[in-house]
Amino acid sequence: MSISYYPGCTLSTKAKNYDRSGRAVAAALGLELVELPEWQCCGATFPLMLDDSMALIAPTRVLYQAQQAGERVATLCAICFNVLRRSQALLKRDPAMLERINWFTEQEYRGQVYVAHFLEVLRDDLGWETLAGRVVRPLSGLRVAPYYGCLLLRPYEEIGLDDPEAPVILHDLVRALGAEPVDFPYSIECCGSYLTVKQPQISETLSQDIVTSAREHGAQAIVTACPLCHFNLDYPQRETEAGHVGNEVPVLYFTQLMAVALGLPEEDCRMDGHYVDPRPLFTLTPPQPPPPGGGEPQPPPGGGE
Amino acid sequence: MNYRALVIGSGISGMQAALDIANSGYEVILVEREPSIGGHMAQLSETFPTLDCSQCILTPRTVEVGQHPNIRLLTLSEVVAVPPPQPPPPGGGEAQPLLPGGGEAQPPPPGGGEAQPLLPGGGEAQPPLPGGGEAQPPPPGGGRGGFRVRILRHPRYVLEDKCTACGDCIKVCPVVVANEFDRGLAARRAIYIPHPQAVPAVYRLDPDTCLGIFPLACGKCAEACQPGAVDYDMKPEIVEVEVGAIVVATGYELYQDEGVVTYAYMSHPDVMDGLEFERLLSASGPTGGKVIRPSDRTVPKEVVFIQCAGSRSPEHGLPYCSKICCMYTAKHAILYKHRVPDGCVYVFYIDVRAGGKGYEEFVTRAMEEDDTVYIRGRVSKVFPRDGKIIVWGVDTLTGNKVEIAADLVVVASAMVPSEGSRRIAEMLGIRVDEFGFYTPADAEMTPMESGVPGVLLAGAGLGPQDIPETVAQASGAAAKVLTLFEAAKAEERAQQALKGTGSEQGTTL
Repeated sequence: MSISYYPGCTLSTKAKNYDRSGRAVAAALGLELVELPEWQCCGATFPLMLDDSMALIAPTRVLYQAQQAGERVATLCAICFNVLRRSQALLKRDPAMLERINWFTEQEYRGQVYVAHFLEVLRDDLGWETLAGRVVRPLSGLRVAPYYGCLLLRPYEEIGLDDPEAPVILHDLVRALGAEPVDFPYSIECCGSYLTVKQPQISETLSQDIVTSAREHGAQAIVTACPLCHFNLDYPQRETEAGHVGNEVPVLYFTQLMAVALGLPEEDCRMDGHYVDPRPLFTLTPPQPPPPGGGEPQPPPGGGE
Repeated sequence: MNYRALVIGSGISGMQAALDIANSGYEVILVEREPSIGGHMAQLSETFPTLDCSQCILTPRTVEVGQHPNIRLLTLSEVVAVPPPQPPPPGGGEAQPLLPGGGEAQPPPPGGGEAQPLLPGGGEAQPPLPGGGEAQPPPPGGGRGGFRVRILRHPRYVLEDKCTACGDCIKVCPVVVANEFDRGLAARRAIYIPHPQAVPAVYRLDPDTCLGIFPLACGKCAEACQPGAVDYDMKPEIVEVEVGAIVVATGYELYQDEGVVTYAYMSHPDVMDGLEFERLLSASGPTGGKVIRPSDRTVPKEVVFIQCAGSRSPEHGLPYCSKICCMYTAKHAILYKHRVPDGCVYVFYIDVRAGGKGYEEFVTRAMEEDDTVYIRGRVSKVFPRDGKIIVWGVDTLTGNKVEIAADLVVVASAMVPSEGSRRIAEMLGIRVDEFGFYTPADAEMTPMESGVPGVLLAGAGLGPQDIPETVAQASGAAAKVLTLFEAAKAEERAQQALKGTGSEQGTTL
């Protein structure tokens, strides 16, 4: 089965490991992710003003590109997913807006594309049992805290992927891979999102609470589906001049965890480039030289570029 | 016309209606699903805004109901069927409510003279012409003639007339289960009486947990019972009664949807709903009125009250205001502070709705005299950490996030119609709203009338309301029943008199 795939900017730049592991995992499961032949930025934020049609142009263009490729488009990035799914919902219920944007873009988007998150494809098209059957290297004994963040789940009326208060989709995935999901109260709390650019201390405080809570609940790793969440949780745990504190919790994309469980080669897991090296968890090759630019703040991924 | 009323539900509302009708000289059948009467009010510690002891003001009523010569009390009983009314008699037009807005205002016919149709427009109330045909037979199952009602009486397994409530049986019963009356905060035996003031003062054997019913493994209570009141062979029975009017007072229960209430840790022992806290405060409750945490039996020093749990939340719960929670939370705060003067109380509220005589003053007293902290904002999350219950919320007046490490959390859950009220509504043809509350024919002008002739509504089954309101409503519904009875009686007299004029020149008038 093949499905159109929209990587988005972050997965093509800062979060290449998410993109690479996602594609590899999909291929291994017989779900071919076919990258849209031409795509552009989704806009990165969903406009909250009711009459902000300009901000809807970018996502509508993406949706049009998806329409030319099929009925359904999958994303990995939770931010792209949120923007596209909400834009699609808005255009569907507001034909006047759709007409207006089509008039401006001179493209005929019909408002019918289904925007799916790859997690949804795994759950609904493949099924957790099938996935569990494909696991060649069960992650038995590994305690993983599923961290959902906000954009994957909210607002429920438009996203509707899972219960926004008590989500299970990442839990189910972790369980299917043979690992043990760790419930912790911060799994749906905000990581600070874009504040990491403007007021990093706020987002660092928030992410510290999340990581601390996960650790206190016995998590050995955190999985997420969002490149910005990943950065916000991973980066504050970076190695400083004094070295690592020693209680870091590695933060992984769910696709990386899947790649390990499905026995994919290391270059598909792409565990390099993390501020906290997750490789010791899986007794893969020992850590390579420190991550690029370790210690030095890097511009966050997932920005509005 | 059958001059007997049925009251469904024996909470404060049903009891009040039953007493008002019975005290006017009419027979009342009072049906109650639970083993004893009194409803939720019997569980309360004190009532607002007077802080009266709830049991103390309720018990005289329950006793009066239990002993009233005109009230036939059927506990452990449920209305299971009301055979549907027949189509209206030909020429009668639509079935009309027996008490249309204007009808009740008419003075009763002055003992004679011309026979006035008491029910304007009602086809079946045609004034019979002198020498005309017989009075029409009453349509069964509703309307003028009355209702045939089938009531399922669950077996109590204890003979009511033999049990002396001595309690010998509980000393030997080996089964220990959670006591529903104490909302699970205390235990009871399989043979039990819900609380010491229960009416009827008769024990009951819970067939789901008793070891003596099936399989017959234990017979200790029957052996211990000197009067020989325990009867394991009792069977359910259906009784059919005919009544002329029905008061539906089925009451409320608390919204229990854990996921929607967000406070997903409702299963944690130290997060409880308002009724559980009432039992904890109650002098006759499981702790004798001492406030302790269920988890470790220590005295909680920091208590968080969360208002509007499930209510006023169109996204995640119910859109309506549950109306009584602001008041009972203030009451809880006051009562807690009286028992634990060095404790801290935090109340999360959206806004305080204290509309009622003396209510605003009561809340002000809770805030000022009893030194509680009211935080305007909602709670987003409740979870346990290090033996405490962490409450996350927001103070919308300062714009700050608030985190409180509480010892105990009390959630003011919304009132919802009691289980089974939809079934009752279906049986009787009462309209319900989307939440299952009964909808009166006209919410403004006939708030107690269901629109079905002879079926009156009272109590929290109509919507969230407090005790004074429910009592007033019950008396109102009873008055409507009495109006109906008296009007029908007057009409009967008038018709008899008219028949008399045909043959005996009206001397009886």
